[in-house]
Amino acid sequence: MPIELVLNVTLQGLLTGLVYGLMALGLSVIFGVVRVVNFAHGEMMTIAMYGAIVAFGAWQIDPLVAMVPIAALLFALGYVMQAWLINPFINRPEHSQFMLLAAVAIVMVNALLMIFGPDARTTLVDYALDSVEIGPLLADKVRLITAGLALAITAGLFAFFKLSRTGKAIRACADNYMGALTVGLNVKQLYAFTFGLGSACVGAAGAMMVLLIDVTPNLGPAFTLQAFVIVIVGGLGSMPGALLGGVLIGLSEALSGLFFAPSAKSMFAIALLILVLLFRPQGLLGKKA
Amino acid sequence: MTKKFTRRQFGQTTASAVAAGALIAGTAPFNIGRAQGRVLKIGSIHPRSGFQAQLGLACQRGVDIAPRVLKALGMNAEVEIMNADTESNVDIARSRAEKLVNDGANVLIGAFDSGQSAAIAQVAEQKGVPYIINVAAAPQITEQGYKFVFRNFPTAPMLVGDGLNLMKNVFDKSGVTPKTAVFMHANDTFGQSMAGAIKAMAPRFNLPFQIVETISYDPQAKDLSVEIAKAKATGAEMVMPVTRLNDAILLIREMVKQRWEPKVIMSPGAPGFYEGQFYRTLGKYSDYLLTNVPWYNPRAAITQKLLDEFSKTYKNELFELNVGFSFEAMMVAVDAFNRAKSTNGRELADAIRATKITDHVMAGGTLEFDAKGQNVNIKSVTLQNIGQKPKVVLPLDVSEDNLLLPMPGWTKRG
Amino acid sequence: MIAGLYERLLDGVPRRALLLLGLLLIAMLVAPLLVDPYLLSILILVLYFAYTGQAWNVMMGFCGQLSLGHSLYVGLAAYTSAALYVHFQLPPTIGALAAISISMAFGAGIGFLAFRFGIGGTYFALLTIAFAEFTRVGFDHFAWVNGSGGFFLPVEQYTRNDVLNLRGRPVMFYYLLLALTVAAFVFCRWLLTGRIGYYWQAIREDQEAAQTLGINTFRYKMLAVLISSGMTALSGVFFAFYYNNLFPEQIFNISRSIELILGPIIGGLGSLFGPILGAFVLTLLAEGLYETLHGLGYDIPGIKHVFYGICLAAVIMYLPHGIWPPLRRKLGLETRQ
Repeated sequence: MPIELVLNVTLQGLLTGLVYGLMALGLSVIFGVVRVVNFAHGEMMTIAMYGAIVAFGAWQIDPLVAMVPIAALLFALGYVMQAWLINPFINRPEHSQFMLLAAVAIVMVNALLMIFGPDARTTLVDYALDSVEIGPLLADKVRLITAGLALAITAGLFAFFKLSRTGKAIRACADNYMGALTVGLNVKQLYAFTFGLGSACVGAAGAMMVLLIDVTPNLGPAFTLQAFVIVIVGGLGSMPGALLGGVLIGLSEALSGLFFAPSAKSMFAIALLILVLLFRPQGLLGKKA
Repeated sequence: MTKKFTRRQFGQTTASAVAAGALIAGTAPFNIGRAQGRVLKIGSIHPRSGFQAQLGLACQRGVDIAPRVLKALGMNAEVEIMNADTESNVDIARSRAEKLVNDGANVLIGAFDSGQSAAIAQVAEQKGVPYIINVAAAPQITEQGYKFVFRNFPTAPMLVGDGLNLMKNVFDKSGVTPKTAVFMHANDTFGQSMAGAIKAMAPRFNLPFQIVETISYDPQAKDLSVEIAKAKATGAEMVMPVTRLNDAILLIREMVKQRWEPKVIMSPGAPGFYEGQFYRTLGKYSDYLLTNVPWYNPRAAITQKLLDEFSKTYKNELFELNVGFSFEAMMVAVDAFNRAKSTNGRELADAIRATKITDHVMAGGTLEFDAKGQNVNIKSVTLQNIGQKPKVVLPLDVSEDNLLLPMPGWTKRG
Repeated sequence: MIAGLYERLLDGVPRRALLLLGLLLIAMLVAPLLVDPYLLSILILVLYFAYTGQAWNVMMGFCGQLSLGHSLYVGLAAYTSAALYVHFQLPPTIGALAAISISMAFGAGIGFLAFRFGIGGTYFALLTIAFAEFTRVGFDHFAWVNGSGGFFLPVEQYTRNDVLNLRGRPVMFYYLLLALTVAAFVFCRWLLTGRIGYYWQAIREDQEAAQTLGINTFRYKMLAVLISSGMTALSGVFFAFYYNNLFPEQIFNISRSIELILGPIIGGLGSLFGPILGAFVLTLLAEGLYETLHGLGYDIPGIKHVFYGICLAAVIMYLPHGIWPPLRRKLGLETRQ
């Protein structure tokens, strides 16, 4: 097998993996603090993708620019969802939370279907099909940009949690719920803020994803599943873990696709997930529960 | 055993049973009276929501415009269309079919997908209601010995047979004969039926090229970069894809990004390249791709009438084969009704079995069914995308434009 | 012994509950004579979800182990019984034994790995999804059962019912499912009133406390998985022979797993009647919505599911324990302790 092919595929896997990582980041942030698994994660991402489609269709706004208002919009959606719907469920058992979010997911998918119809939608930016040559390697421009943005957004979020007052308060809630209540933090509001932040990440990821794939209302569940696989491998609740998980899944899919049957590549990703669950259930970079 | 048990129970508790039964029955409308006679009730059942929604809606359009067009053609019959949605799900398909029959449908038309069609076929057969499959390629459906099931669509082996034959014609006509090919297919029901047929039939066709690599990929793939990198590395001169719509777009987009320019890209009989969304998304990159697929005969007068009506009704939609075959299913139903002069299932089925429509929309011979209920006269044509529209280029007797090969490179387009 | 068993099953059950159950059973028994074929097909769906929900309830409702991958057992059993029938002409009544064994073997494997490595809660749920997905993609490539191309059982028009080979008219499947549902109901009652049921509930409420009380939690959780997967296998056999065509994409799909757990959760998790009530409510809700919206002329794809989702969310929001527990109180049917 020619070495350029292996290198090219590895690069593809790495870049795709970073985008996957950004997609999963929101899920991880939310779980890390609120301890709720957002089963409507992928559906929220499709909402963001449709947001980018509308922005481009109506006002020719480049998805990479529209990303900012869309992230803000998704922040609002997440904030409201947590404040109105999920907060009453914080102390309910997991299956209750799961049911609630599964119901929200069903509503989201089908509301999108009602509004936009079943046809695939896309944005036609002029750089969508460009590639960049780096020595013997050929990298897709859109993937390079999105991978770079994924890194930047993760770093920014990481800094926010480590340095800002709000970020520290949120981490305090995550580490010690009772303690946070005692020192007088408004936990419910911080939870809503966190859910908003996680959703904003999803929004940014969705706006970028539009450049890579066409959107249909039914993409949601597949994204949800993929995001799960990634955050579990990387560590539910860990931000660098989400990126690492994304890269590992991206690479394992790319390389198993290259060396074995591409149609079975998701089996390798899931096998990786099962191994991680068994031997390091908190994920590669997760803290022990 | 279970039956005996019921009867005993029934005898013992008649009074309470009737009351309780009525309670259950009361939860849904109770339709016993069936309209007999002059109105043909057609149950149109397609995946109008769920992951196949866009295709189900295309089929629906073909059904919806049929009554007007048929009237204009002089096929007068009072028809009532009853719509149902399978939600892209096999068990819902089954219960919706039950519901349609229950509500008095005299004939069923649908359902685009092989699994759903197979489920509906069982209901139709059980109830003795004729069922005309508009689109579905799994050969098994017409191999079950059904008496009420008819299919006006080629099976996967028929598609592949025509597809491979046309390939040779394309090479002869253009003088471009690739020596190597990569076969790429989605690993779904349709993709695997086609792959099976190609594997079984290719040796018999004495093809000029060698299939150097077969790549099957996840039908829900969101990224085909690895698949294309792998295919590109073989250096094959032709790509033979069996796709759906979304993966067809991903495939071409990735080929452009990876700057891979084989001489020929020709589908042996799959959707994707000729759909409206494909042209809208890929623009100039959609041109020159070839598909060997059953298609409407652009030279038939009836097709022109249908096309006019279609473009009047649906301004932004593309007329393609799903619309065409769905229309023809309606045509078969109405034609049979006019001859049978009855809505009785058995009489209608007999009339459908005797169908002989020479002047119809899709390319190929007379529209008729063999003993198994399969129309074996459908013929594929070669489509080439020219000016971002599908144009018939072969066979010459129905062609509307000239074949152009080898395909100009991605960067050498306007 | 029979008398003892009788006493154990009926202990503390109010008369009125028995009467109502009896009436319901009678209604279900005569229903096929009264309803039209469409409604019969809906009732078959109801029973399918009631039975499968009950099977899932053993694991989650009784023992507190959340499985989101039960489509795995349905699919494995469906494929096993169908493949044995098609390839070796083995009647499904015998094939069911093989199907149950295979489902239980997979259940045992997953349970063993998860419980040995101490995986619980959300992680366990995600592990079950992962195994179901893994198997789905695996079956897409499994040539013996035609991979993603789909596996078809031969079908013809049946005039008589052949119970041995499960070839027959819908009414046969209806009674078969009804028998299964009743049997599962009685079996679960038996389980719950015995030691095993108490141990399960102890584990569900507080696993560590159960452990300190000397309950072998590993063993009893394994038992829950084994019983649940074995029971679910019969749903798979039914599925294969009722629908007659199998696609990995459909049968192992995660949405299938979710579909079948909605009933017990909405009905009332851990209660015996909850899964049955949930199956009725949800199936009739879905059909009712379709009918109503269709009747009102709202023929917009997706609208039904929007309402369906809102109803689900409303129930889980306002009735955290499902519909049955409050309804049971209202009807005065609570079991005396």
